[in-house]
Amino acid sequence: MDIIQLDGTEDTPKIILNKEQELFEISGRSLPEDSAEFYAPILEWLTRYKDDANSETRFHFKLEYFNTASSKLILDILSVLEDIEGTIIVWYYHEDDEDMEEAGEEFSDLVDIDFEFETY
Amino acid sequence: MKYIYDLHKTMLQQNLILVYEGEFTQDITKSVLAMAERNMDSFGEGAKVKRKVFNVMVECLQNISKHAESFEEDPTVKNNAIFMIGKHQDQYIITSGNNIRTIDVEKLKEKLNRINDLDAKGLKQLYRTIIKTTKISKKGGAGLGLVDMARKSGNKLGYDFEPIDDEFSFFSLITTISRV
Repeated sequence: MDIIQLDGTEDTPKIILNKEQELFEISGRSLPEDSAEFYAPILEWLTRYKDDANSETRFHFKLEYFNTASSKLILDILSVLEDIEGTIIVWYYHEDDEDMEEAGEEFSDLVDIDFEFETY
Repeated sequence: MKYIYDLHKTMLQQNLILVYEGEFTQDITKSVLAMAERNMDSFGEGAKVKRKVFNVMVECLQNISKHAESFEEDPTVKNNAIFMIGKHQDQYIITSGNNIRTIDVEKLKEKLNRINDLDAKGLKQLYRTIIKTTKISKKGGAGLGLVDMARKSGNKLGYDFEPIDDEFSFFSLITTISRV
């Protein structure tokens, strides 16, 4: 399967989607001008991955900041992952960042997927 | 040329560390954010407060740039808006001002009042309700910006509408972030 690998910028996150090497990661800052357009290829990739997913998918979210438009798209991504068996979300937050911790807890309430929380 | 001195005095009196007046785009948003971050770093502002200020700034700036876009079909309308940050002993005050259509004032006022009537728990619930049902608008907004600004700041949103002419009003918005 094709690989998505995007470097992070000041307003878009780093993204790695690599089925063969079992790497699934969104990290950094997410405040793109058009979040729907930015995340469209990610959602499209995950929808294809769903049909031939690995037995386990550990998906890492290590976001320093995301805006509200991105939060909607993150929920869309989680909604696709919800239908993929063996998915685990690893949600990272800085140890003194209560807002990011709470954001992870809220997402975990909204979808039926196991979340693991990690601090850095 | 006295206005230069007057403006300078006003900025000092209001403790303004950053004022931007003009067109709002994503590039401007990024520049303003970088300036504010550098400014806060220069006097060693705590990471927690910095994150909150950054958060509120993004929503505020993107609200303006998204709203400004909707006027572009009408070239007679100016998209200019103002954005300011005031740094006080115990709080940051983030302020914006932009033109909106007067017919949209009531709806916006209702939304702001609804947000201000809620406590932290109520805001969390409202956020959940919106994120579950919202569709990203043509302008790229999720309809969550003001709710998020109220949540992250932990304070009520201040606002005012000043009539400009028959068609437009000036919308001022103030968000306060405690430094302690």
